[in-house]
Amino acid sequence: MDRILFGDNQFFGVNHMSEEKARAQLMRFADTSAIMRTLGDAYDAGIRVFMCTTHDRITEVVDAVKADPSRYDGFQFYPCMPYAHKYANYVTELGILGTLKKASPGSMMDTLVKGAIAGMTYDVNRIMRMLVDAEMIMFRGVSTPYVFIQNVVTDLLLGLGMHDLLKRFHDYIGEKYGAEAGFITMNMPLAVSTLRKVGIEKPIVCANINKIGFRMCGGVERYRELLASGECRSIAMSVFASGAIPPKEAIDWACDLDGLDSIVFGASSAANIRSSKQLIDSAWSAREA
Amino acid sequence: MGISHLAILGAHPRLDVVAVCDSTGYVLTGLRKQTGVSTYKNLRKLLDTEKPDLIVVATPTSTHFDTASEALKRGVAVFMEKPLSLDPTESRALCDLAREANKTCQVGYHNRFLGTFREAKRLIECGALGTIHHVAGTAFGPVVLRKKKSSGWRAKKSEGGGCLHDYASHVIDLMNFIVGAPAEVRYAHCASVFSDAVEDLVHATFRYDAGFDGRLEANWSDPTTRKMSTTITVRGSNGRLVVDRQECQAFLVEGCAAVDYPAGYTIRYITELQAPVDYYLRGEEYSAQMDAFVEAVATGVTENENSFESAYITDKLIHDIARAAQKAD
Repeated sequence: MDRILFGDNQFFGVNHMSEEKARAQLMRFADTSAIMRTLGDAYDAGIRVFMCTTHDRITEVVDAVKADPSRYDGFQFYPCMPYAHKYANYVTELGILGTLKKASPGSMMDTLVKGAIAGMTYDVNRIMRMLVDAEMIMFRGVSTPYVFIQNVVTDLLLGLGMHDLLKRFHDYIGEKYGAEAGFITMNMPLAVSTLRKVGIEKPIVCANINKIGFRMCGGVERYRELLASGECRSIAMSVFASGAIPPKEAIDWACDLDGLDSIVFGASSAANIRSSKQLIDSAWSAREA
Repeated sequence: MGISHLAILGAHPRLDVVAVCDSTGYVLTGLRKQTGVSTYKNLRKLLDTEKPDLIVVATPTSTHFDTASEALKRGVAVFMEKPLSLDPTESRALCDLAREANKTCQVGYHNRFLGTFREAKRLIECGALGTIHHVAGTAFGPVVLRKKKSSGWRAKKSEGGGCLHDYASHVIDLMNFIVGAPAEVRYAHCASVFSDAVEDLVHATFRYDAGFDGRLEANWSDPTTRKMSTTITVRGSNGRLVVDRQECQAFLVEGCAAVDYPAGYTIRYITELQAPVDYYLRGEEYSAQMDAFVEAVATGVTENENSFESAYITDKLIHDIARAAQKAD
């Protein structure tokens, strides 16, 4: 797994601290060419992974990367699925069958039929596989060595006790896509212990990990112990806690954690991308030296 | 059955989920197969067989009264999704039932458990804004963005669908929480943007006993926000307060030592204002409200945050807005 990953919240108007900032970013990245310029900045700064939700617009990003292979040599995608908002409204209004129908790409008649049968026979695993396939279509032709479930799904399944489905997702990603499954979660200690219990060795988890403990269920100390224990492979997100911690302080703290594998961050300007990348590089190399 | 509610209860360290009741057979089958939980299609049977300490109700609003009555008659504590009921008379009766049973009851107005809105309440309570002149509560979001065939109970007025009982109820309750309940609904307007049978927007003005007025604007056919966005603005003789789920922004002419806000602008963010929870799903407030409910049940507290009494006041205002809108239109 790469150590520094580029995230996508800034592209789609997600900001956990300010609606105003989210709106400004949404306007800035309304055009996919603006996203491509920023991804290019990330690439030039030495980042080779784009960790992104399966938002509809990612299709255009993938196409742009495929269209210019020399510009994006060695570039990889880590898809995070599903894009929650794509489904949220459908589920409330139409139930699971409606969800399947609306969420599957129009050309995939087979997918729809498969989904309907799965729904009629109440086979949750088939629905899962069908949704994964539908979400992976947009990544055809690019490298996706790791595939993640979004925290809203991971955490829902953890709470519901549908732990077997997490394992099945893990297995399906391996069998069908030759990739490793990862789990985004706001409940990292619960996630790691559950995933290990269902038989996933050293599960890959991506969680909020930041100095002020923002959205770290179980508390900073528990996270620290868990990382150091080597029981999981880990990606820290929300290292800056949506801007609540100054960059250098945030990065120095995260890079000093024993056992942390990777950091994912998002930024809009080339200068911020470069400076965050440099801060992480120098913090980690200082630690190794 | 609310799937998120079940997940929060399932992860709760102080709770053991003994059974789930739902009217949809295939949901129950799936759930039983996947999680091994006991399932029922009949609530009375569940209550009499499992004898739970508490129930959490996330069913269409039109069923709230019967559900809560059955539970309270058996001495079972009730957490009810908002609003409490569709009729203030029924809500009043539920308050009386809760009092007679001496059981903890709570309604799911989760915004009261968000750090930013709690901070706003703290500022108002210590008089940081001086004399209040105006309060505005707004909620916008992308629920109904086009004309479509009505489906589900949320598209039916008789079952509690519509923006008034959904988005607007949250804003009304939040305004009550922060500045207290108004004495009167002065004017209201409810209208459809796309929906056939329910309103998609609600506008209302309120009069408060303290001499100020208030304005409510809720619209769930607004494509400008990614998800529901609720904002409360309060203006007073000493400044202005704007608060949403992310930030509490105050401008004070004179600083307020009691809350440690200096003169000028102060912005406090959710990252510093929200206490951590044991389990996170979609927002700290959902777990926080359940923690508060469980604690109140465990300690026998009946005057808790979002009690039936407090939700009754909100139901009464919903009713008054509907009546005022009918009169005005």
